[in-house]
Parts: sequence; structure tokens; C-alpha cells
Amino acid sequence: MSDFRMPALGADMESGTLAEWHIQPGERVERGQVVCVVETQKGAIEVEIWQSGTVERLVAEPGDRVPVGEVLAVLRGEDDTVGETPPRPSPAAPPTARSRRPADLPPVGAPAAPLRRRVSPAARRRAAALGVDPASVSGSGPGGTITLEDIEQAAATSGPAAAGDDRDAMRQAIAAAMSRANREIPHYYLGHWLCVEPALAWLATHNARRPVAERLIFPVLQLRAVAMALHEVPDLNGWYLDGAFRPAQGIHLGVAIALRGGGLVAPALRDADVLAPDAMMAALGDLLTRARAGQLRSSEMSDTGLTVTNLGDLGVDSVQGVITPPQVALVGFGRVSERPWVRDGQVVAARCVHASLAADHRVTDGAIGARFLARLTDFLQEPERLWQN
Amino acid sequence: MAELSRETIRDTAIDCILSVAPEAEIDRLRHDRPWREQLEVDSFDFLNVLVALETRLGVSVPEGDYHELTTLDGLVAYLEARLAETPP
Repeated sequence: MSDFRMPALGADMESGTLAEWHIQPGERVERGQVVCVVETQKGAIEVEIWQSGTVERLVAEPGDRVPVGEVLAVLRGEDDTVGETPPRPSPAAPPTARSRRPADLPPVGAPAAPLRRRVSPAARRRAAALGVDPASVSGSGPGGTITLEDIEQAAATSGPAAAGDDRDAMRQAIAAAMSRANREIPHYYLGHWLCVEPALAWLATHNARRPVAERLIFPVLQLRAVAMALHEVPDLNGWYLDGAFRPAQGIHLGVAIALRGGGLVAPALRDADVLAPDAMMAALGDLLTRARAGQLRSSEMSDTGLTVTNLGDLGVDSVQGVITPPQVALVGFGRVSERPWVRDGQVVAARCVHASLAADHRVTDGAIGARFLARLTDFLQEPERLWQN
Repeated sequence: MAELSRETIRDTAIDCILSVAPEAEIDRLRHDRPWREQLEVDSFDFLNVLVALETRLGVSVPEGDYHELTTLDGLVAYLEARLAETPP
């Protein structure tokens, strides 16, 4: 027997609400399969399982708010797959997430309350339809059971717009993470203008004979350059946990994605140092599409080693970023624009971009940050090296 | 293809943008200013708009022509010129 538990989908997650199961008792599950959907402050996340076996029973029910680390379901392994753990250590494993919560930050939700509230099935369905979180409703039925009426009353008093509530929840999650970043992380900032004519020429050649749907976009090159630079300067790829730096396994870059209508998510583009150009474009497109549709997966939310933000599409020249804890650095790109550039003693017009690094001074010093930016610049100025290894 | 009026081309272009960015505030768009920044359309969504245009109008835009598509007015003029080319 093994337990399938609520994963930490981001460093600041305390609990999640089970939205739906994709499995049922008796069903066989395979490692990597999406088994349920969990509502978090960052939207609905499809949760994968990292052990194979047969579903013995489902412990949590849709509508339950479940703390990180609590059992969601029990599995029976056919040949006892002991030791099958998630493929990589999660930077936000439950004890860590809990112990790292700043003392002055009130806990999200009400962890002291009973974990399971009794909710009648009809009430649960109605709650889902009305966008009411049963955990936020006090029950008037026998033994505190939440009834249909309780749900409808809660919906009537809390006002309309479940979507608006999601938006508020995401705003609060961002506020909590960024406040913590500014309170705890001694940031230092480095920046560098670089000429991207070689990279854009490489891109134009690559795209020249391709139909629109098969073309690469410039951010693919930027992300690749970040991944390759991290390869050479790994001190920026990982997490600051319990007073020490823990390097990430593999290069999984958080891609900051602005959601239309507000909010931000930064799911991981996994194995950014391994993907070939077209595979990387496909992975990025898939990530952007699913982020905006609210269909991200748990493995994309938990093990990002460094986040990249690109505000160039919004027309700004440079970004001085705030690090997402417990990560230790953030890379920012501004827009591509023509600027005066000196080449062979002549001032010429060249397309340039500003690359910035915000890094955690507890983990690295400016010399390492500078080395990283220099490598990043090298890769973007010699794009033929980007996929050379 | 029958000749399309400039307004039809403009409406089609707007349709294609809205198909990718449904919540874009298209009524407030200034047609003579860069539309991607106004509507917060990133490079990936820009590609998706081009795919939609190709499907709707049969015009495939080479990367070298991207700079002509900066404003909506520019995009419409570009499409009009391409559609007026002698068919193959």
C-alpha cells in the first residue's frame, strides 16, 4: 500500500481543493498519469502521480480542501513499488513549506479547523455549480453538516463572480510570495545591453522556408541561452531552503506568463538544456496555451530552478525583477529595439535587448552573476553554439 | 477569390486577433499605433494570429515582412496588397 498525497504546487501553497478525480477505485494508474485536478490560488492544476499501481480507495472527495502532504488516495502496488518517489526532490516539500512560512503571515484558510467537513452530496454539487468553497461555509445541519441551504446562503451573501474570487486569490498568492521575496531576499541586480542581430539572423534563416505554424519565436532562443548559461554557472539554478542553497536537478525554467485579465503564472519549461529547437518551441507553445486555459500540471509547478520573465512584448526596455522564493535568481528580458551600437569603431543602428539578472546575495555574489550574464550574452551573440552540444 | 474590400479585410484581421485574444479591448485599439503592445499579444500569439490569417485569407506572411504588420492599418494594407497580387 502507498499513499498518494496532496503535492506542494508552489512554494507558498498550504492546501488545495480537490476539484475532480480522473480515477476510481480498482483502476490501474501509471506513473506520470494525471489522476486529479486541484484548485489552487494559481488556478486549477492537473496533478500527476509518481507511482504505479491500483487504486485501493479515494480518501478525499471533490470539494474537500486538503492540506499539502495529506492523503488523497491509497494505492496498491502490484509488486510493491517501495521507493518509487517523485522523479526529483520537490523544493517545496510539506515540512519545508510549513517551517518556512514567515511567522507574521497568517495561515491561508483555516488549518486548525477539522480537515474534513461533512457536506451533503447535493450541497457539494450545488457548491461546485455556484463556485462556493464548502470549507468556507459553516454548517447548520446535524453535527455541523453543511446543507444545500447553507451553500445557497453562502453564495447569496458572498456575491457573484467566482472568477473574480479566483483572481483575488491569485492576487493574494502573488502578494504573499513577492512580499516574502522583498522581506527575506537581499537582491542584487545586474544588467547588460546586447546586440541580438546574430541571433535574429539565425532565427530568420531557420524560419525562412517554414510555414507559419512551424516557425520558432525569439523567446525560444532566449530561454535556450539562459539554460546553456545555467549549465556553466549552476549556482543560480536552485533554491534557498533552511539557510542553505540546494541546487536543482536538471534545468527547468519558470516561464512567467501574464494571464489576460490579470495575474501571472510561471510554470516550468522542463529540461530546457536538452530540448531541440522544434521540441522547445512545441513545449513552450503547449505551456502558454495550457497556462491561459488554466490546465497546468503539477510537475510544472513544483521544481522550477530559475524563472525567466520577458516583458519585451509589452514594449518595456528593461526589467528589474523580484525573485520567486525559494528560487535564488530571476532573468529578465526587455524588448528588441534598434539602438546605436558601436561596431568596429563605427556607430551603427542595431537591434538590441537588455538582459537583467536579479539574484539572491545570500547565495551568490556579483562576480557569479556577472559570469552568468557574460555566458548568456556569448550564447545569444553566437547563436550557432546554442544547440551545439 | 473575389476581391475583398478594405473593410472586409480589416474585419477579418480583427476576427483573427480576437480568435487568439478573445478578451482584447478591440474598440479601444488605435489602428495607427502598434497593436500587439496595445492588446498585449506576445510573439507566440502573434504567430497564432498569422496562422488564423493564413487559414481565413490564404495569405502566408514570410518572417521578413513582419515589420509591415506593426499597426493594424499596416496589417490591413499589407494583406490588401498581397491579396491583389496575381493569383498563382
